[in-house]
Amino acid sequence: MSAFLEIRGLSAVLRGTDLRLLRSVDIDVPVGTVRGLVGESGAGKSMIGRAVLGVLPRAVEIVEGEILLDGRDLLAMPPVARRRLIGARTAMIPQDPLTALNPSRRIGRQITDRLVDILGWEPARARSRTLEMLAEVRIPEPERVLRLYPHELSGGMRQRILIASAFVAEPELIVADEPTTALDVTVQKQILGLISELQARHGTALLFVTHDLGVVAKICDSLSVLYAGKVVEDTTVARFFEAPAHPYSAALLAATPRHTDPASSLKPVPPAVMHAVGAEIAAADRSWRPRHG
Amino acid sequence: MLDGRGALRRRAGLRLWLSAGWQAVVMLAALFAPWLAPHDPLAQDLMLGRLPPFWLPGTEPGYWLGTDSLGRDVLSRLIHGARVALIVALVAGTATCLIGSTLGLIAGFYRGWTDRIIGRLVDIWMAFPPVLFAILLIAVLGTGLSSVVIAIIVIDWTRFCRVVRAEALNQSQMDYVHSARVAGFSRPRTLMAEILPNVLPVIVALLTLEMGIAVIVEAILSFVNLSVSTDRPTWGGMIAEGRIAIHHVWWVLAFPLAALFLTVLSFAQLGEGLRDRFDPVLR
Repeated sequence: MSAFLEIRGLSAVLRGTDLRLLRSVDIDVPVGTVRGLVGESGAGKSMIGRAVLGVLPRAVEIVEGEILLDGRDLLAMPPVARRRLIGARTAMIPQDPLTALNPSRRIGRQITDRLVDILGWEPARARSRTLEMLAEVRIPEPERVLRLYPHELSGGMRQRILIASAFVAEPELIVADEPTTALDVTVQKQILGLISELQARHGTALLFVTHDLGVVAKICDSLSVLYAGKVVEDTTVARFFEAPAHPYSAALLAATPRHTDPASSLKPVPPAVMHAVGAEIAAADRSWRPRHG
Repeated sequence: MLDGRGALRRRAGLRLWLSAGWQAVVMLAALFAPWLAPHDPLAQDLMLGRLPPFWLPGTEPGYWLGTDSLGRDVLSRLIHGARVALIVALVAGTATCLIGSTLGLIAGFYRGWTDRIIGRLVDIWMAFPPVLFAILLIAVLGTGLSSVVIAIIVIDWTRFCRVVRAEALNQSQMDYVHSARVAGFSRPRTLMAEILPNVLPVIVALLTLEMGIAVIVEAILSFVNLSVSTDRPTWGGMIAEGRIAIHHVWWVLAFPLAALFLTVLSFAQLGEGLRDRFDPVLR
C-alpha cells in the first residue's frame, strides 16, 4: 500500500541564508495510519506540518525535495492548483484553540463557509453535515453552538469544534500540530481520545506533531524522531518503546518523567549524546549541496 | 464579575449617549442652519456691535450669544460654521480612513515588497511637519473647501496606515488565518472576511478620532485664513477674529472655541464607546 503523504528529501533554509532548518527529511504517512512527529522545541516538527499544508512562514524557504500528496508533488504544482488540492483533501487541527477560531465570526459560518465556498456543497447539506459532526465530537446543543461566537465557549469546547471542522469534509490527511498542548491535563486526555476515535472511524491519515511521548504511545502507529531538522529515527511505535535504535531517541525516551519512579525522573539528554548527534548532523551537512540557491 | 461588566457597560453607554447627543446637535445645526440661525450670519450692523451674551447686562433681545465688533450675530455664525466643520469631518475623515486603512491592510497582510514600499512612504511622510505641509499644499491647490479636504487626506492617511498595518500583521499570524488558507480560501478573501472584521473596531475608533482631527485642522487653516473664503463663517475664522478683540468681546472667541472643543472631544468619546460596543469579546 503506497503512502498517502510522502515527503522525500525535504530541505529548507532560512530565507537568504544557508542556515539549514530541515535536513533531507523523509516521512511517509500511509492511508489511514497515524505518524507521530516528535522532537524538542525548534527541531522543525511544526515546520514539516506547515510545509505540507502550504502555510510556511515567509522566512522559511524550501530548497529541495518533494511533498507527494496521493502521488502528486505539491511543490511542483502551480499555487492555485496546490491550494485547491490541499483544501479539498487535507485539514489541520491547530495548536491553540484560542486563536484558531476567528473571534468576530459565528462558529457555524466558520465551519460551513469552507464547505459551501470551496467544496461547492449546498448550504443545507453543509449545515446538516456540520450538525452531525458537532454531535459526533459530543458538543451539546449543536444548533445553539452554531450561533455562538468563539469567546462564549471554553478551550476544550473550541478544540472539539476545531476537530469537528477538520473532519467535516472527510479529508484523507489531517495535520495535527500539538492539538492538546494548550489544554489542561484532563481535557487533554478527552481530546486525544476523541481524535483517536474519529481517526479510526473515518480512516484518516494523521500526521501528529507532538513533544509528548505519552501521547505518541497512545495514538500513533509509527513515528519519526527529529533533531535539528533531521529525522534521526523512523520506526514503529512498538519498536521505539521496546528498543530505540538511535542514541538520541533512547535518551529522549529515558528523559520522560515516570510517576512510578519519581526520584529518577527528569533526566536530561546526556551531553555525550547531544555531542554525537551534533557531530552526525555536521557530517551530513558537509556532504550536502543544495541543488539550487 | 457580572456586576463589574454591567457597570463598565453603563459607563460606556453614558459616554456614548452624551457624545452622540452633541454630535446630533451639531449635525442638526449644520443641516438646518438657514432655518435655525436667528440672523443672517454675514449681516453687519455697527449699531449692534459688541453686544454681550444673554446673561450679561446690556444685551439686545434675539442676540443670545452676543455680537462681534461688526455687529454680526455670534450664534448664527456658530450654527453656519458647523456646516464647514461637519463637511470636513465627514468627507475628509472618511476618505482618509478609506485610503489609509486600505494601504495598511495590504501592507500588513501581504508583507514583502508592498509592505516595504508603503512603510518607506509612511516614514517619509511623517518626517514633514504636518501644519506646514498643509499650508504648503493649500498654497499650491488654492484656498477653498475642497483644498482643505484634499490637504487633510494627503497628510493624515499615514495615521491609519501605521496602526491598521500593525493590527493586520498581528491578526495575520493567528491560527485562524492559517486555517482559512489551508481550507483553500484565496488571499483577498482571507483579508476581507477573516482579518478585516477583527481590525474594524480599531478602524472605527481611529475614524472618529480622525474626524475630530479634521475639524481641528480646518480650524487651524481658517485661523491662518487659508481655508474657505471669509464670506462663509467657520469656527476657526471666528476664533481668529475673536483673538484680535479678546479684551473687549471675549465671547466671540470663547463660543467657537467651546464648540470646537466639544465636537472634537465627542468624536473621540464616540469612537471609544463604539469600539467597546462592537468588540465581540467585551460585548
